[in-house]
Amino acid sequence: MRIELQRRDAPSRRMSLLSPLIALALTMLTGCIIFLVLGVDPIAGIYAFFVEPLTETWSLHELAIKAAPLILIAIGLSICFRSSNWNIGAEGQFITGAIAGSAIPILMPEASGAWVLPAMLVLGMLGGAAWAAIPAFCKTRFNANEILTSLMLVYVAQLFLDWLVRGPWRNPEGFNFPESRTFSAGQILPEILDSGRTHYGAVFAVVLAVILWLSLTKTVKGFEIRVIGQARRAGAFAGFDANRLTIFAFLLSGALAGLAGISEVSGAIQQLRPSISPGYGFTAIIVAFLGRLNPLGIIVAGTVLALTYLGSEAAQIMLGISDKIGRVFQGLLLFYVLSCDTLIHYRIRFAAIDRRPSKEIA
Amino acid sequence: MGILEAVLLTIITAATPLLLAAIGELVTERSGVLNLGVEGMMIIGAIAGFAFAQMTGNPYLGTLAGAILGALFSLFFGFLVLTLVTNQYATGLALTILGLGLSGLWGEAYIGVPGIKLQPVAIPLLSEIPFFGPLFFKQDILFYISIGLVCAVSYFLFRTNAGLKLRAVGDNHHSAHALGVNVIAVRYMAVMFGGACAGLAGAHLSLVYTPQWVENMSAGRGWIALALVVFASWRPYRVLSGAYLFGAVGIAQLHAQALGIGIPSQFLSALPYIATVVVLVLISRNRRLTLINTPATLGKGFVPDR
Amino acid sequence: MGRVLPTGQEDQELLLSTRGLTKTFGDLVANDALDLDIRKGEIHALLGENGAGKSTLVKMLYGSLQPDSGSIIWRGKETSIANPAAARHLGIGMVFQHFSLFEALTVADNILISTDNPVSRQRIAQDAERLAQSYGLPLNTRSYVGDLSVGERQRVEIVRCLLQNPQLIILDEPTSVLTPQEAEGLFETLLRLRAEGCSVLYISHRLDEVKALCDRATVLRHGKMIGECDPAEETAASLAAMMVGAQVEKVERDHDGALEAAGEVLLELSDAGLEPESPFAVRLRNLVLQVRSGEIVGIAGVAGNGQSELFRLISGEVSAPHDQIKIRGKQAGGLGVNGRRRLGAAFVPEERLGHGAVPDMTLSENLLLSRHASDRVAFQRFGPLGVVWKSMLTEAMTRICDAMDVRKSTADPAASALSGGNLQKFIVGRELDRQPSILVVNQPTWGVDAGAAQHIRKALVDLAKSGSAILMISQDLDEIFEIADRILVIDDGSLREAGAASKVTREEVGMLMGGATAGMRTSTPSSEENHAH
Repeated sequence: MRIELQRRDAPSRRMSLLSPLIALALTMLTGCIIFLVLGVDPIAGIYAFFVEPLTETWSLHELAIKAAPLILIAIGLSICFRSSNWNIGAEGQFITGAIAGSAIPILMPEASGAWVLPAMLVLGMLGGAAWAAIPAFCKTRFNANEILTSLMLVYVAQLFLDWLVRGPWRNPEGFNFPESRTFSAGQILPEILDSGRTHYGAVFAVVLAVILWLSLTKTVKGFEIRVIGQARRAGAFAGFDANRLTIFAFLLSGALAGLAGISEVSGAIQQLRPSISPGYGFTAIIVAFLGRLNPLGIIVAGTVLALTYLGSEAAQIMLGISDKIGRVFQGLLLFYVLSCDTLIHYRIRFAAIDRRPSKEIA
Repeated sequence: MGILEAVLLTIITAATPLLLAAIGELVTERSGVLNLGVEGMMIIGAIAGFAFAQMTGNPYLGTLAGAILGALFSLFFGFLVLTLVTNQYATGLALTILGLGLSGLWGEAYIGVPGIKLQPVAIPLLSEIPFFGPLFFKQDILFYISIGLVCAVSYFLFRTNAGLKLRAVGDNHHSAHALGVNVIAVRYMAVMFGGACAGLAGAHLSLVYTPQWVENMSAGRGWIALALVVFASWRPYRVLSGAYLFGAVGIAQLHAQALGIGIPSQFLSALPYIATVVVLVLISRNRRLTLINTPATLGKGFVPDR
Repeated sequence: MGRVLPTGQEDQELLLSTRGLTKTFGDLVANDALDLDIRKGEIHALLGENGAGKSTLVKMLYGSLQPDSGSIIWRGKETSIANPAAARHLGIGMVFQHFSLFEALTVADNILISTDNPVSRQRIAQDAERLAQSYGLPLNTRSYVGDLSVGERQRVEIVRCLLQNPQLIILDEPTSVLTPQEAEGLFETLLRLRAEGCSVLYISHRLDEVKALCDRATVLRHGKMIGECDPAEETAASLAAMMVGAQVEKVERDHDGALEAAGEVLLELSDAGLEPESPFAVRLRNLVLQVRSGEIVGIAGVAGNGQSELFRLISGEVSAPHDQIKIRGKQAGGLGVNGRRRLGAAFVPEERLGHGAVPDMTLSENLLLSRHASDRVAFQRFGPLGVVWKSMLTEAMTRICDAMDVRKSTADPAASALSGGNLQKFIVGRELDRQPSILVVNQPTWGVDAGAAQHIRKALVDLAKSGSAILMISQDLDEIFEIADRILVIDDGSLREAGAASKVTREEVGMLMGGATAGMRTSTPSSEENHAH
């Protein structure tokens, strides 16, 4: 038997809605198999992973806290990926945003007043954007592959943060722990509800996702992004400048990753540490694709991926299996999402070797 | 053993995994497929090599397992980009993410377990040559394989009919298909070869470089290998020089840290990554030249009409 | 249809025949029960419009496609041709329309790759050069194909094919990329092959050629076989009617009248040039050109001599020194494509999918593609927010489709869902809808069915009558002579004036087109060496 692809005349709308759901279902199915291999009851495993975290108020708050950075980063990445700019260094931009925004509370601990938080957020966005500007500049000016440059800069940012919190920015009263001083009240993103820890980062994420969705679908700028991503030469014919869009997309996604970074540090961690992200910048890539590069879809996808973080913790506590399983699920999910996306543009036929009888699905 | 000899030995050790991964990716890319999953295949090779060496007590079986599992793992990628014609960039990233996850899960049991080192094999007579003998003829088997692979790949690509077909597929898959070359089959082979080489590179990390299992121990080397292929303009012997150059940068920063010169260690550790960016900029600057060297179908999917 | 099957006596002469050969792609029946007969030692024409199923048929004969049903009979025996290697083994060779060559490989490697028996590169190179020599087709096996002209590339294809000693050679639109003089050379080769007993299956839409060269012809329409005939006994018009299924009228145009009435200069190039941006691009230099109100200027030329670069230069996809290009008297070289559109120019690129239109976007979105800036007021709302005005777009799209008779299955389909002809009508109509004072169009009817082609040509003529200046770049000499009033030739990046269309002959234009093969291009080592011999 052989698999043959047959191009559809036009992309299937039905499939573009269904494909993430199919992917999710396939991931759960594979998850069951993995649980079986690990000697865990698959029903209990799936429950612990995907349902348990949704049953309590505090864990719903944790879900929102984890989903916020994923959504913020992923909506920026969706703009990049849609325009064929492969920024995979969001993790680094998240870190530099966090560092830049933290400069105020760390260097001016006494700073207080209404200006402090907005200034921190703006600095965070600038920090992320500046870091993203490097691969964008290298790409447009020197033609250097942005995948490799943006990724290399992740390692550099991580090492830079490590140096800061062990060196110049270490808390003088911190018993030599590699941590910065903790932020004071006016430097912390406030919580939005009385019931738990969810901070304003979640609000930023949802509001910005909606704004970006409107821009992408309703404006000429959004049209430009879609055109250049789908057909670069058609973009040139329309008079759109691909290089300027590359810079725009990188700066925007860098700023959003930076905003996510400073929101995480200011809202959830409240100080700088050597490690401030459980791989949000990379997980956001999966979020972006699971959300079909659509900012509204990304809100849902971000929540699902946040669930894998909580789920793996829950599974570790309840079932005693490694929390690494979360990463495996994330990788599988991306695999399935990409496979299912093929169905949007192609019909798949399973053809017998003699090529005669063939059966179509989808 | 003199200090120079010691430094050169460490450079060779640091360069070998880069060389192995890069020469495999070079063949993959020459066929027109860009596999960004090198890091993932490498880490799978590392854990497979380590685990099988532990299970069998034989590091050679571990090495073999690294190559085989690297190749099998690359099939996930191959199936998606070749049969389902998914986006090569995204699928490569997925492979890396999945590889890091799976290796972490598999490797939990091996954290802190002392490793088994792949011992050097001295080649009779040649290893007796002063200075050069210990450097080049008293090495682990993976070193010999890495050098052998560079020569073999160069011969294969430019002197054999199969190599000609592979280059032709990478240059124009439509023409190759029209002439009856099975484009998809050639690419599956190339992807699996790349996977096997990345697996060997990973096995080198966990069996030679630092014989133990550490999570994420590939530490971006897969990505550096990808950059090396660009640096080498897709030519095997240039990969050789590039790998040793990068190996040297990595070792230089280690030695500088050991010497305790006044620069913070983090800055020195960042050096290989910064060097990669700088080299990429320098190499890619000439757009025309890059276009000539790059396989014309690199990263583009192919759907045969039937 | 309804043909008498060959008698036993004829069977003897048959080299290849098909019976009931059928191939479907999804819902489309590309080949519907075809019965084709090719005799030994004949040049057999395969005629049909774009999309009639010619390529599908020959791909099945060459083993790149497998039929769904029906049979192929080779020298009296039913055979299945599993792949191109099997076809070559039987003695079937193929010269592709879009060459199946590899630019990054040498000529020798290009030949070696389709050789199914193991031979050394040196050996194959010697054989190829000897064979090429004997047919008068000079060839240097060490050059890279990327550096060769289109004519030289075809030579490589033909030599590669002849090296297999084929009994049947299939040529797909071989002359569409050649000058008339180069085509003559090809015909000599084909006649010699026929004399040696070789059969040729010749696909072309140039009916004069077919009449002159071919012994018999098979006509396809919409995947079905319409009939078989002796082209010598038909007229070009009757052949065309068989292909299209209806009479196709030429567009009427009073060339001299148009030239006399032509008004002010609307588009002007003065000593313009363009450096190549990619390794295989053509350098443009010293371009001088004026297009006046009311005239249609045609630019003829062999493919790959700088047509797409010229289009990019004039459209503003690449910028030029400000004073080198003037649109309606204003300097426009430094303007981008939208700046030039605002001055009243409109552009239609050669490639429909991916350049003139985004395949997966709807027609109304594709309307926005070229007109978002020039018609900002009409299609955008809320000032700086730049919100797309959907209802206005839909209205304009419908208007264009009505005016150009664009046939579509849904109200606003994706561009890729339209046939080539309908999409081209939409892309041309999109620009005509603006009533541009200057229209620059590259290959207006390339790969388009006869009905759509005629519709488009008529629309261009009408636009010129209304006082616009039209610059038409085309590889199709028939098209150039049909509607252009004045002809220039592009050759290796330079423009040469051929003269008024009514005064100049096809041969003269052909000579200018071949200037490249006689002058510049042959300074590659290949031909110099061969001239020396």
